[in-house]
Amino acid sequence: MHELGITRNIVAIVSDAAKGRKVRRITVDVGDLSGVMGEAIAFCFETVARGTPLDGTALDIRRVAGRALCATCRSEFEQASLFAPCPCGSRQFTRLQGEELKIRSMEIEGEAA
Amino acid sequence: MCGHCGCGAKAGATVINLQTGHEASLGGGETGEHLHDHFHVHADGVAHAHSHDHDPAHVHSHAGHGHDHHHHDHHDHGHHGRRHSHDHAHEHGHTNHDEAAGLVLDLEARILAKNDVLAARNRAWFAGREILALNLASSPGAGKTTLLERTIGDLHHEVNLFVIEGDQVTANDGERIRRAGAPAVQVNTGTGCHLEADMIARALSELRPPPESIVMIENVGNLVCPAMFDLGEHARVVILSVTEGEDKPIKYPHMFRSADLMILNKLDLLPHVDFDVDRAVAYARDVNPAIEVLQVSARNGAGFEEWYGWIRRQSKLLKDTVFPS
Ligand SMILES: [Zn+2]
Repeated sequence: MHELGITRNIVAIVSDAAKGRKVRRITVDVGDLSGVMGEAIAFCFETVARGTPLDGTALDIRRVAGRALCATCRSEFEQASLFAPCPCGSRQFTRLQGEELKIRSMEIEGEAA
Repeated sequence: MCGHCGCGAKAGATVINLQTGHEASLGGGETGEHLHDHFHVHADGVAHAHSHDHDPAHVHSHAGHGHDHHHHDHHDHGHHGRRHSHDHAHEHGHTNHDEAAGLVLDLEARILAKNDVLAARNRAWFAGREILALNLASSPGAGKTTLLERTIGDLHHEVNLFVIEGDQVTANDGERIRRAGAPAVQVNTGTGCHLEADMIARALSELRPPPESIVMIENVGNLVCPAMFDLGEHARVVILSVTEGEDKPIKYPHMFRSADLMILNKLDLLPHVDFDVDRAVAYARDVNPAIEVLQVSARNGAGFEEWYGWIRRQSKLLKDTVFPS
């Protein structure tokens, strides 16, 4: 389960960026086609965060659905799996979204810049 | 336990030099280099030189107006079909919100960016020494170790072969490789299900392959997780045996998409199993039109001349990349 390693990375990146400040909330984008399960990250997060500056931090996971632009019929279509063809049958497409795996933002407690 | 973030990264992971017996923990502490200290370092290895002219952690204050923050796009570099991005953390202070004052940091950080930075460093290290590094992935039991044993035996007059052997717990495969005649370092990932770039860096510091050698990285038997982690290899090889289902490429598309070569192994068993080679190849090309395919038997050596030809072409490609004419 690579989500454990990924969750450790999230905690490390955010802890570093927080520079010792208390983190109230983290928002993470996880694409449906990223090969990562948001539920598994959520499951790992509490355990991984324990004893770190992120202990008690809320984790918002935003699912990003798969979308692609068909190179044959030029229409945009929702893509449920990584290599699902366009409804027109074509497998030539450009992915528009759905492979995201990123920390969108974090919210630091009590401080206003 | 990691002192920086306390995350206990790589708990239980060790590197064992099978020549000297030297064993080191990857769990932090005495092993020195720790990846958390390096995630913000931009890789500027041979292939990825570019500059960033801004402070990656500058603070903007927005009082009472809209939040049209300029997000710096990720810099994605294609390299043999994989992506490497360099990310920045930007802090934006919001002072005029209705809710309790809080500082929102827009991170836009790719979660795998730290690994990618370390992988880029490995890649530059390999390139500088003209070392061909191949990342071999498969399900458990597809025959990676047997393929390596035969390759070591056949190529040892031609090239120096070194092996980084990834396994969750045992050193059994590593011992087989060592007996076949190649220096090997065992990386036991403990609970981990894949190798990461920092493990490769540690293994290389034990293995010390000389210039122009080949480093074969035998990843943990798993088609899911290793797909996510760039190790800094020159090319990725996925091994599928005919005793598995021919639909593996579409079941594990990330792995087959990220691979440069698919080796169909155990061809000698084809008469005895229900495996449609054409369909397996078609599935692999559905997810990765550029993937090369070889059919071999690690048991009887069929197809191995083609495999060695592929390795030689990759070595040449690597040298041509280092010194473009
Ligand atoms: Zn279409």
